[in-house]
Amino acid sequence: MSALILSRLQFAVTTSYHFLFVPLTLGLSVLVAIMETLYVRTGNETYKKMTKFWGKLFLINFAVGVVTGLVQEFQFGMNWSEYSRFMGDIFGAPLAIEALLAFFIESTFLGLWVFGWDKLSKKIHLLSIWLVAFASNISALWILIANSFMQEPVGYVLRNGRAEMNSFLALITNEHVFYQFPHTVLSGFTTAAFFVLGISAYHLIRKNSLEVFRRSFKIATIFGLISVFGVMGIGHLQGVHLVQAQPMKMAAVEAHWETEQPAGFNVFASIDEQNHRNTSELKIPGMLSFLSYNNFTAEVKGINELQKADEQQYGPGNYVPPVTTLFWSFRIMIAAGTIMILLVLIGIFSLKNQRFEQKNGFLKVLLWAIPLPYIANTTGWFVAEIGRQPWIVYGLQKTAAGVSTVVPAGQILTTLIAFTLIYGVVAVAAVYLFVKYAKQSPDEITAKPDENVAKGASLWT
Amino acid sequence: MDLNILWFILIAVLFAGFFFLEGFDFGVGILLPFLGKNDNERRVLINTIGPVWDGNEVWMITAGGAIFAAFPNWYATLFSGFYLALFVILFALIVRGVAFEFRSSDSNPKWRNLWDWMIFIGSALSALLWGVACADLLRGVPIDAHMQFAGNFFDLIPPYALLAGVSTFLLFTLHGALYLSLKTEGEMLNKVQNAAKKIGVVTVLVVVVFAVMTFFETDLFASMVATIALLLCAVALILANVMLRSGKSGKAFVSSALTIVFLTASIFAGLFPRVMVSSLRPDWSLTIYNASSSPYTLKIMTIVALTLVPIVLAYQAWSYWVFRKRVTEKDLRY
Repeated sequence: MSALILSRLQFAVTTSYHFLFVPLTLGLSVLVAIMETLYVRTGNETYKKMTKFWGKLFLINFAVGVVTGLVQEFQFGMNWSEYSRFMGDIFGAPLAIEALLAFFIESTFLGLWVFGWDKLSKKIHLLSIWLVAFASNISALWILIANSFMQEPVGYVLRNGRAEMNSFLALITNEHVFYQFPHTVLSGFTTAAFFVLGISAYHLIRKNSLEVFRRSFKIATIFGLISVFGVMGIGHLQGVHLVQAQPMKMAAVEAHWETEQPAGFNVFASIDEQNHRNTSELKIPGMLSFLSYNNFTAEVKGINELQKADEQQYGPGNYVPPVTTLFWSFRIMIAAGTIMILLVLIGIFSLKNQRFEQKNGFLKVLLWAIPLPYIANTTGWFVAEIGRQPWIVYGLQKTAAGVSTVVPAGQILTTLIAFTLIYGVVAVAAVYLFVKYAKQSPDEITAKPDENVAKGASLWT
Repeated sequence: MDLNILWFILIAVLFAGFFFLEGFDFGVGILLPFLGKNDNERRVLINTIGPVWDGNEVWMITAGGAIFAAFPNWYATLFSGFYLALFVILFALIVRGVAFEFRSSDSNPKWRNLWDWMIFIGSALSALLWGVACADLLRGVPIDAHMQFAGNFFDLIPPYALLAGVSTFLLFTLHGALYLSLKTEGEMLNKVQNAAKKIGVVTVLVVVVFAVMTFFETDLFASMVATIALLLCAVALILANVMLRSGKSGKAFVSSALTIVFLTASIFAGLFPRVMVSSLRPDWSLTIYNASSSPYTLKIMTIVALTLVPIVLAYQAWSYWVFRKRVTEKDLRY
């Protein structure tokens, strides 16, 4: 395999893995902060138990998010050195700002929060977790400002053989950010909501610590309702915007080969990528026009016409991203989102009089629904990143031109295997701890998290 | 002063901060199996750095981001050229980072030992490899006319660079021991001080050899500032040993901190105005001018950095103030 393919594979592995942990951090930090706020305002010990119970799970998740984030900071230079040279003048800035503005707050105040229960006043302790939540979400903003530039370059000029920033303001007010940032953050909130709902359901079925999990369930239901509807609404606006900004991505997502007016939406299609056609499709007439332009009769350009236009603009080449992958990734994301909407709606209508506690079937489904947001998050990023191909920066640099020229394929294969193995081991350990602490009673966690069982043994023996 | 120089200095400051701060928590990790003879002792050691190690590591992440933003060619050449070495550092920091959270989350002795070893291995590899990497920048590696690394993995580990690695390894270990002498009490404090005394002597010897080798292997002594900084580094290191022996732990720790800061200053001053020396041809070296971002980006980043860095320093210093007391068994969270 070539260095290019291996580097892409490695980026996909390390980044998808990293983003299994990030969304929960984004949302759970806020939920834990809300719970601690309730504790500080009411003095009710139940809220303190909730804070500690969900806080422990948050910490396990956060640890993996942090260390996999290290790779993110360096791998652009390691595997994508020519991209870094070409784009560094613009791309480096948000990364550095992310570290200065967000990572320092996040790490310092998380340390204060974990170790400061007895050392800080209640209010300062509460402020610490809010700062962690704020910083996590601000870090998402800056990295998405960077990613948005790759999707939709703005505020730059081509000079000295590279892209140079000429408007910082344009970079940070990129229209793409206004869709991508809330879409991502609210996906994170949704992830946390379903995480809390699922685990609460597990305990509610078993009637464990009812006070703790009843309240957790209610908070998560409301949080989830707002978030999941927000994700969907903004996702639609983002789609409408992308039809303008990245028409090829959206046409590929819909397996929409030929320009049509009005254009139908393919619910399912059997795609023949070689011959640029669908061998069979299930179509809702006019629906794609509506999704693209909020208008049932608008013309929507197809892949074949866009390919011709791209060839004229950028020269010969294949500008069609992998249609089948995109088509199904998108539909899996939407399906997962739709199920989540149904679940939070059932949840919200069963809040009254704690009716949800009697619905064992529903609670069981919620436990098994924990993976849904993860599936939606991952497939959503597949759409965003695979849909941008063959470009690494849309319209400016192709992925093939961005890869490091001096790193031999053998070395990349080595690190790809090694990263996969380490991440695998870390995942097994993290899941083991998640299950252990999710099942534990909140009363046990409120006590010191450490047991002095392992005595006497030196590391050397 | 032009902004290229300012950013070179800022990145030097970030590395100095990283080595000074994470230096001692690497040191604590290295000392873990030697000083922590049972689980409780190891927990005391780990908890001395528990609230702060992650914040210390952000200095490195920020340094990486700052290199990317201010000197993209440096970022590109360094990380692609040092590919496998960088991977090992990342591996070390990954296993070390999760180990802190994981180790106490289960009481199985095998589980704890596994993650304690990861803390040791992660700390030791990082302490060693950052020294190697700095020496490589200064001594020079094969870089061609197009700013591309033209060597292989073995060009990164000449004896001089390995010696530099051993030097930082020992310096950070000493620094960690001196940090522990401020953060522990009772029997552990005795053990820590005895260890520091032994490491202190070895460190002086190795660092002297390193300084002599630096004279033969690099052009560091051509720079007056770098020479003075290296001398100050040696003075501070000796002072650390003297203070340690006269029982002044606080001053000993400050001295080892200064040792690390002066060493970093010396390396960067020796590099200046280059950022990576080419061993093939001097004019193929990367400099703060041919590797830099545009003046506009440097200006924006200067405003951002000068606004945010003082705030970061303030709250990080405050967090050290909150955790200023010695760690006792009742403070254990990890």
